[in-house]
Amino acid sequence: MEPILKGRNLVKRYGRVTALDHCDFDLMPGEILAVIGDNGAGKSTLIKAVSGAVAPDEGEIWLEGRKVDFHSPIDAREAGIETVYQTLAMSPALSITDNMFMGREIRRKGPLGSVFRMLDRPAMEKFARDKLNELGLMTIQNINQAVETLSGGQRQGVAVARAAAFGSKVIILDEPTAALGVKESRRVLDLIQDVKSRGIPIILISHNMPHVFEVADRIHVHRLGKRLCVIDPKDYTMSDAVAFMTGAKEPPEQDRAA
Amino acid sequence: MSDTSRQSDDFEAAAKGSPEQVAEFEDHHRGFMGTVQHFLHVNPSLVPLIVLVAAILIFGALLGAKFFSPFALTLILQQVQIVGIVAAAQSLVILTAGIDLSVGAIMVMSSVVMGQFTFRYGLPPAVAILCGLAIGTAIGAVNGFLVSRVKLPPFIVTLGMWQIVLAANFLYSQNETIRSQEIEANAPILQLFGAKFNVGGAVFTVGVIFMLVLILVLAYALRHTAWGRHVYAVGDDPEAAELSGVNVHRTLMSVYMLSGLICAFAGWALIGRIGSVSPTSGQLANIESITAVVIGGISLFGGRGSILGSLFGALIVGVFTLGLRLLGADAQWTFLLIGMLIIAAVAVDQWIRKVAA
Repeated sequence: MEPILKGRNLVKRYGRVTALDHCDFDLMPGEILAVIGDNGAGKSTLIKAVSGAVAPDEGEIWLEGRKVDFHSPIDAREAGIETVYQTLAMSPALSITDNMFMGREIRRKGPLGSVFRMLDRPAMEKFARDKLNELGLMTIQNINQAVETLSGGQRQGVAVARAAAFGSKVIILDEPTAALGVKESRRVLDLIQDVKSRGIPIILISHNMPHVFEVADRIHVHRLGKRLCVIDPKDYTMSDAVAFMTGAKEPPEQDRAA
Repeated sequence: MSDTSRQSDDFEAAAKGSPEQVAEFEDHHRGFMGTVQHFLHVNPSLVPLIVLVAAILIFGALLGAKFFSPFALTLILQQVQIVGIVAAAQSLVILTAGIDLSVGAIMVMSSVVMGQFTFRYGLPPAVAILCGLAIGTAIGAVNGFLVSRVKLPPFIVTLGMWQIVLAANFLYSQNETIRSQEIEANAPILQLFGAKFNVGGAVFTVGVIFMLVLILVLAYALRHTAWGRHVYAVGDDPEAAELSGVNVHRTLMSVYMLSGLICAFAGWALIGRIGSVSPTSGQLANIESITAVVIGGISLFGGRGSILGSLFGALIVGVFTLGLRLLGADAQWTFLLIGMLIIAAVAVDQWIRKVAA
C-alpha cells in the first residue's frame, strides 16, 4: 500500500547539530502512527519538517504520491495537514472563535464581506461551538472568552478541536495529553479514535507509553536523528519500546528501518 | 505489554466513580474589584474613557462655561488632531509589539515633500501630495522590511530611521520654510485639512473630521476583519500566529506601510494646522503619540488594547493642557500630571493582565 505521507532522506542541520540524519518516514492511510524517541532524538524536527514549520536541508516529502514542498505551515495546512503543536500555537488574548479560525476566517456574504471585509462572527461562533460540543471535552460558558482565561486542559481541547475540524488528509498531534489530567486525557484519546474512524490518519507524538500502546497501529521509534525501527504494539511491550528508543536494546532485524 | 496496559486501565477506572459535574465558575469569590478587573479586561479602552469624562467634568466644574462650551471643547479636538492621527499610526505598530520612533520624522518629511514638490519643481499640488503620501508609505515599508525580514528590533530600526529621515528632511529642504501666504495663493489644497466649518459654536476642521473617521475606520478594521485579528495575533505571539496560519511577514509589512501612510496624512494635516511647510515642526510627535497610546491603555508588549483608547489618550492630554492653561497654571503642571497618568496607565494595564493568570 502506498503511504499517504512519505518522507525520504530528510536532513536538517542546525549549525553543527544534525537534528535529522537521512531520516525516512511513512504514514499509511487510515492509521494512527505514534512517533516515540528520547529527548533530542529529533522527533520535533521531523514533525516540523512534515508540517511545514521547518524546511529540510535535503530530502523529499510526498503527500498522496505527489511530491510536496512546504515553505510554511500555511502551505501544509492548505494541503490538508493540520498540526497541534506542543505550544498549542494560540493567541492568548484572542477569543476561542478567533483562534479556531486564525488564518482562515469566514467573511460575510455580499458587499459587507467583499467590500468591507467584515467577518461572519455568527457563523464562526456557531461552527466553533458545534465543534467543541462534538468533542465534549469541556463546558465553556462563553465561546468569546479569551483563550488565556481557559485552563490548560481546555486550551488543549480547543487546539485539538481546531485540528480535527479542519484537517482533511493528516492530523499531527504533538504531545496532546501532556498537559491533561486523567479524565481529559481519556477524552482526547477517544477523540483520536473518533478522528481515525472518519478515515483520517493521525501522527501522534507522545512520551506517554500507555497512551501510545493503546491507540497506535504502528510505532515509529526515532533515535539519533533517524528512524530506528517501526514496530507493531501488539508484538512488543512498552519496556521493549523504551529499550529501543534509549538504545538499551538492539531493534529486531525484521522491523529495522532501512 | 499486557501487564502495564492493565495497570493503565486500572488508574483510569479508579476515576470513573468520580462526580461528572464540571467545575462551576460562580462569580461570588471574585468580589467587586474582581468584577471590575474582568470587565476592564474585556473592554480595555474603558479606563481612558472614564479618565477623559472625569477630567472634562472636573475642569468643567472648576471653569464653568469658559471650558464647557462647544468652542472650547472643539478647540481641544483641533489641538489634538495631529497627535491623534499620528497616535493612530503608533497604535497599529504598538499592537504588533513594536514601536515606531520615526512617526514624527515621516510626518515632517512628507509635508516637506508636498511643499517642495509643488514650489521647487512646479508639480500640480495634488500630484505633490500623492508623492508625499507615497514617500511616507515607502519609509514605512523600509521599516517593515527591516523588522519583519531582517528581524531587527523595531526600536532600533525606527530609532535609526528617525535620524535618517529627519536629517534627509533638513538636507533636502535646506532648512527652508514655505510661507503660509504663498501656499494660500498658489496651492490652497495643501491647507485643505485646516479648512474650518462652524456647527452652532462648535468649530471643526477637516483635519479633526479626518482624525475621527480614521480612528473609527481602523477600530472597525481591527475588530471586524481578518487583517485586524492577525495584527493582534502577531502582537500577542508571532510564533504562534505563524504556526496557526497567519502570514506574519505580510501583516507586519502592511502595518508599517499603513503607519507610514497615516503619518504622511498627518504631514498634510500639519500644513493645514500651522499654515506653512516647516521642516522644524512636529518634533514632539513621537513622544506625544506614544504618550497618547500608553494612556489609552494599549499594551507596549503588543496584542492588547483598543485604538479608540489612543484617541481618548490624546484627548486626555488635550483636556489637561487646555484646562490647566485656562486655570492659569504653569504649563509644567500639565507635564507633571501627564507623567503620573502614564505610570498609572501602565500600572492598570499590568493589573488587568493578572486576570489571565
